[in-house]
Amino acid sequence: MKVWNLLIVGAGPAGLNAAIAAAGEGLKVKIIDEFNRIGGRLLGQLHQEPNGEWWNGIDVANRLHEKAITLGVKIESGVSVYDLEQSEFGWKVYTSEGMEKTEKLLLATGATEVPTPIPGWTIPGVMSIGAAQVMGNVHRVKPGNTCVIIGANVLSIAIANELRLCGVEVKEIVISQPNSSLTHSGTPEKVMESLLQLTHLAPSVLLRQAGRVAKYIHPSLAVKFYPKNGMNILDIPIKIKTAATEIIGDKKVKGVKTVNIRSNGEIIPNTERITEADFVCIAGGLAPLPELAALTSCEFKFVHELGGHIPLHSERMETNEPNLFVAGNITGVESAKVAMAQGTVAGLTIASEIKGNKKHSDSAIEEALLTVRKEREEALIQFQPNIARARELIYQQFELDWKAESPKRSIS
Amino acid sequence: MRMRVDHHPVLGKQTDRKQVTIFFNGKPYDAYEGDTIASAMMAQGVYALRQHEVSGNARGVYCNIGHCYECRVKVEDRKVVRACLTTVYHGMEIDSLSGFSEGNE
Repeated sequence: MKVWNLLIVGAGPAGLNAAIAAAGEGLKVKIIDEFNRIGGRLLGQLHQEPNGEWWNGIDVANRLHEKAITLGVKIESGVSVYDLEQSEFGWKVYTSEGMEKTEKLLLATGATEVPTPIPGWTIPGVMSIGAAQVMGNVHRVKPGNTCVIIGANVLSIAIANELRLCGVEVKEIVISQPNSSLTHSGTPEKVMESLLQLTHLAPSVLLRQAGRVAKYIHPSLAVKFYPKNGMNILDIPIKIKTAATEIIGDKKVKGVKTVNIRSNGEIIPNTERITEADFVCIAGGLAPLPELAALTSCEFKFVHELGGHIPLHSERMETNEPNLFVAGNITGVESAKVAMAQGTVAGLTIASEIKGNKKHSDSAIEEALLTVRKEREEALIQFQPNIARARELIYQQFELDWKAESPKRSIS
Repeated sequence: MRMRVDHHPVLGKQTDRKQVTIFFNGKPYDAYEGDTIASAMMAQGVYALRQHEVSGNARGVYCNIGHCYECRVKVEDRKVVRACLTTVYHGMEIDSLSGFSEGNE
């Protein structure tokens, strides 16, 4: 049975670029992904860059896919990974299509959506915002003609616009009920604060305008004067002073029950109403998807700025587990461009370990690291503030724990 | 009910795809090659894909990329798959998983 130099789990922006970099250095590479198409989260993405050009994730995915194929990378879709095991040659990877052997293993499994459970959220027709994005942009199926989105964040506003392009009427974006033990979202003031932090980087001109104004206004004041009926962005009413209390329907969703709330999250009595919709989206944000790394003795760290629990790793994408590497959103939620750049770093690092051509590879890796930093700085959508700082701390922690002679200690 | 986005202002026209027939709980439905079971059924306005084992309540697609396992269905009378990850083919027979209370499973 063949032993691959490198097996990659996840055919998204990080996995594909890692394969391209590694195969470019002569490695025998295979990628597996459980979705039935290649491209991962790239496939759903569709937004306008500041220069007016469209970022069409499907086109980007197709380009990377073709390039990888040209370099001899073997790619399989519709295959799931169930278990990992260290072995004398590297790793045994157990999949739905049998066992694979590889020297090096790269986990590029991306991110998952954080659910916001509210009463009625399991009714058919209620789905995560990413589910609707994939339905519309990838499968070219509208989940319905009208929708309500629960959760006001940069991702939900961007996808609301994508649904609009698919011909869906987004009736309103409301927030999930504040102060609920089940949800992470805060009061209108907190929601405003996070939206304002993001607006100067947001994709639409309108959001950027809002950001400019916001520089001179404190969030608490902005939310005080925020209109009760919401503000329209691209014709979509964003109501941060309206909270969803329940989703109604039986075999199929009928609509969302909402109440008006004050800036501090207090419910205003007698304001309950129902907005009817064909489907309802829940937008709770993204978190890294590190399950497979958790099957190993890889060290984990919780980093709020990076979206949750991540495998501790170096800037060169190594983990403390021998022959195990990570790249992309499994290391923290960021844009596809950052994930692509990280993929290149991982691919080159792995090639360098296998080929042992340190001098040649070190300069290439340094250059790839510069691209990661540049993409991070220029990122259009920053999911959390202070990502760069949080990243630095992780790299320092890795050096302290696994490279230095001194005993382990925590720096954050 | 047909919910296909044939024309998209940025992504363009959906190129011609081969039409196939699939069977959901014995009833025939049109689908296209490349569809997942989830996208094919949603295009037909069918949201409920299974019943919850204990409550018997209807359940459908939640995450659409294989993470949540809410869209489990039975294919060809034996294999349980995630509808959102499984590609359709002509003549495919798909059945809902039913609640334990009905004594079906």
